[in-house]
Amino acid sequence: MQNHTEQDAGGRIFKSEVKNLSFYYGEFNALKSINMVLHDKKITALIGPSGCGKSTFLRCFNRMHDLYSGNRYEGEIILYPDDVNILAHNVDPIEVRMRISMVFQKPNPFPKSIYENVAYGLRVRGIKQRAILDEKVESALRNSALWDEVKDRLHDLAFNLSGGQQQRLCIARALATDPEILLFDEPTSALDPIATASIEELITDLKSKVTILIVTHNMQQAARVSDYTAYMYLGELIEFNVTDTIFIKPKNKQTEDYITGRFG
Amino acid sequence: MLAIVAMLVKESIVFFQHVSLWEFLTDTQWTPLFDDAHYGILPLISGTVVSSVIALMVALPLGTIIAIYLSEFAPFSVREIAKPFLELLGGVPTVVYGYFALLFVTPLLQIIFPELPGFNLLSAGLVMGIMIIPYVSSMTEDAMRAVPMNLREGSYAMGATRFQTAIRVVMPAAFSGIAAAYILGISRAVGETMVVAIAAGMQPNLTWNPMEPAATITAYIVQVSLGDLPHGSIGYQTIFAAGLTLLLITLVFNIIGHVLRKRYREIY
Repeated sequence: MQNHTEQDAGGRIFKSEVKNLSFYYGEFNALKSINMVLHDKKITALIGPSGCGKSTFLRCFNRMHDLYSGNRYEGEIILYPDDVNILAHNVDPIEVRMRISMVFQKPNPFPKSIYENVAYGLRVRGIKQRAILDEKVESALRNSALWDEVKDRLHDLAFNLSGGQQQRLCIARALATDPEILLFDEPTSALDPIATASIEELITDLKSKVTILIVTHNMQQAARVSDYTAYMYLGELIEFNVTDTIFIKPKNKQTEDYITGRFG
Repeated sequence: MLAIVAMLVKESIVFFQHVSLWEFLTDTQWTPLFDDAHYGILPLISGTVVSSVIALMVALPLGTIIAIYLSEFAPFSVREIAKPFLELLGGVPTVVYGYFALLFVTPLLQIIFPELPGFNLLSAGLVMGIMIIPYVSSMTEDAMRAVPMNLREGSYAMGATRFQTAIRVVMPAAFSGIAAAYILGISRAVGETMVVAIAAGMQPNLTWNPMEPAATITAYIVQVSLGDLPHGSIGYQTIFAAGLTLLLITLVFNIIGHVLRKRYREIY
């Protein structure tokens, strides 16, 4: 496989490039020929009204749609630096998910201990050495700002944590395997404002380590955390630009209406 | 339910006025209908335990494997055919299974073990196991299917395979339901009557060897109920003592199941 980095005119490195991506739930055309890029080690937010396809789009990145029959992708999502189309039929979705992790809307810790939750991704990769697991678990928990709260009860059930802690645990779980891209699907919609603030802070901190794509229905959140923002409507990508531009002077009338709250 | 317990206890009290509890629990012979009467429950318990253990060795693993397959792997069409088929299997009268054991499985086993007697615990236990599979698999599958999709997605998103997801996430999440399925399977094995009465012989025999004929508690109750023992005689009352023992055994399992369920509540 060839290794080269794609860059735009400004010299910014691409982590991924979406080319003419369409997606179908059976007959229903949920995404219509989307073209977009993910910048390396930046946060890209997907915004838009409910049902616009932003979660559907996000879930293309880890081939989550493969779990259900009748779904169909068209187009490409290229992952750099190795230039692989992760939607290609000969690419195993499990390989894709090994490289691209996801954090869900509702915290979904497994019915296991805190430690085993974080170690899960490593264990399914066949890692058994205690020293490696210990080290990875600790660093993932530190990176998700949970270590100090749980270091004395790593073997407690994960369900005993609060909602915000559970979500940070899910982030630690996703981080433990050193993913290249981290997907967030409305990660704070089930949390209170304080827990939301801590998750947002965490997401901002994480961009030094990993490329992030986040779906949010909360425009303020997109404005606060993201570097780039994409506005979607009815399965189409209406506008994609630097977050400041989208929020201050969007080029598209539709985007402006949505941002200013006249619509959506 | 209360009436059943009351009846069992009342008749058992009469029985224990004739036979000491000590003799009941320690005597190694159960011959209440002979002139030289002995009232030791142990031979019946050994028969019950041996046949149940064999049955569960068949039913729990196979039932679980079927449940995992149906819940996590089977395409919709297969599941639609397999589930009613399994339920049909659960609806076959037990007496049919009994004759299946006696007239089909035992001769088959005799090809492998030529010295196997016509009545034996092995054949009865195996067939009883097959009979219990649908109960175990159906309840286990229900428990696994009740695990929310977002837990499975969480596991798949970490790069887990279907099998890893089923074993490491779905089964632990469905633990209490699976425990309930197993307890039901155990209770059915211990309480099963017809198969053992037909295929295992009806001679109380203190043995742990599945290759021998023996009677279980339930088989003994059938045997006495079929006979013409005078109402109120000591021989007649033995079945109530035996029945009470059976009730207590299944009660213990149900309590264990309850404790397990409480300890591992389903939290998704």
